[in-house]
Amino acid sequence: MIRLSAPVTRADLKSLKAGDQVLISGIVYTARDQAHIRLVNDKHPAFELEGSILFYVGPTPARDGVIIGASGPTSSYRMDPMSPALMERGVKVMIGKGDRSEAFRAAMMHHGSVYLIATGGAGALLSSRIKSSEVIMYEDLGTEAIRKLEVEDFPCFVAYDLHGNSLFQR
Amino acid sequence: MRTIAMHQITEHVKQSVIDINYHLDESLVNLFRKAKAKETNKTASAILDDLIVNQDIAAKGDVPLCQDTGLVVVYVEIGRDVHLDGDLYQAINDGVRAGYDEGYLRKSVVNHPFQRTNTGDNTPAVIHVRLVEGDQLKMKIAAKGGGSENMSLVKMLTPADGINGVKKLVLDTIFHAGGKPCPPIIVGIGIGGNLEKSALLAKEAILRPLEDHAEDAIIRQLEDELYEEINQLGVGAMGVGGDTTCLAVKINHYPMHIASLPVAINIQCHSARHTEVVL
Repeated sequence: MIRLSAPVTRADLKSLKAGDQVLISGIVYTARDQAHIRLVNDKHPAFELEGSILFYVGPTPARDGVIIGASGPTSSYRMDPMSPALMERGVKVMIGKGDRSEAFRAAMMHHGSVYLIATGGAGALLSSRIKSSEVIMYEDLGTEAIRKLEVEDFPCFVAYDLHGNSLFQR
Repeated sequence: MRTIAMHQITEHVKQSVIDINYHLDESLVNLFRKAKAKETNKTASAILDDLIVNQDIAAKGDVPLCQDTGLVVVYVEIGRDVHLDGDLYQAINDGVRAGYDEGYLRKSVVNHPFQRTNTGDNTPAVIHVRLVEGDQLKMKIAAKGGGSENMSLVKMLTPADGINGVKKLVLDTIFHAGGKPCPPIIVGIGIGGNLEKSALLAKEAILRPLEDHAEDAIIRQLEDELYEEINQLGVGAMGVGGDTTCLAVKINHYPMHIASLPVAINIQCHSARHTEVVL
């Protein structure tokens, strides 16, 4: 089993192949549609983008005594227009679901980043792999705020690797 | 004349939206198990396992099945001998508001196409009302996710396009949607009526029991053939390839204009969350 933790470098990602199962542990930041729109123009984000892992998710509210609600990935293609600018600033791993544009893929390979998917709709299962959660930016966005998550053995598959392979071959 | 109290409607909507977001129908989970048993793609097989484990975890009641707990859609059938003691739309929205709060469900509704401020309580629901015979009130209640809804469409085909034109549209739509609508999917298809009628038929088709079939022989055959052909597309669970792209195909139809062959395709993700209440 391949394991990955932030900060991530291009060297860490070289050996990954589309279809590989990856377990992520450590720090992951959440960001979906509205957070992306803001983040691309934000000169002083509250976390280090270089080497970071982004997870496209808007969780359900947590009950008392529960760390975080359901936390499965949302569709990634909606982030395609904003992702290249964030990879330019150092984002190395993106976790979402579904395939993405050719333009995204070209930018991803140029910047030495990779795209992973987690099982869509498995929000309860993925929530159980999250050990802490704290809103660190854009609190007014509610579910779309940026959260700093600590995850343990968070299961993903490599969707697009650095060698031009895709998990979505049909 | 039979009176139905609005507080009853509110209570049933509230309980329903909570229940469907934590519990999948057993017939659906059985289809996951069947798909898993015959899956030859290793990644797809692991994903199907995740879905089976996921619904077990959600059923414990701490965390919903999916973070997208949906936009609520209600099809209401009101018997003509029913007297409603208040505002039906308000009663349903009160139930949505209470359910999404008490059930710790995500509020996924924004107020305006461009301002996009969250309404904060997941209202308003999308409500369709139909008058029928009798003295009962029936509600089909669904929590519909945005990812699969975004891959849905209405297309005005021409009569000459025929069955093959419909098939091509369905197969193209599902192939190009790939993993985005969270396959294995349930495909709701509405054929006939006009622009909006076809869409209403397609959404209602999704709400049919998984094991039923269309009564019309031609439509039933089209359901069966599309089921086979969609599963030959190789899209597979979450688009990673594999043997199961769809779990069911449901087609509802209606008469239409001599010039038209309207077709709506409404895609339902694997987390098919809906129920039926009869009062």
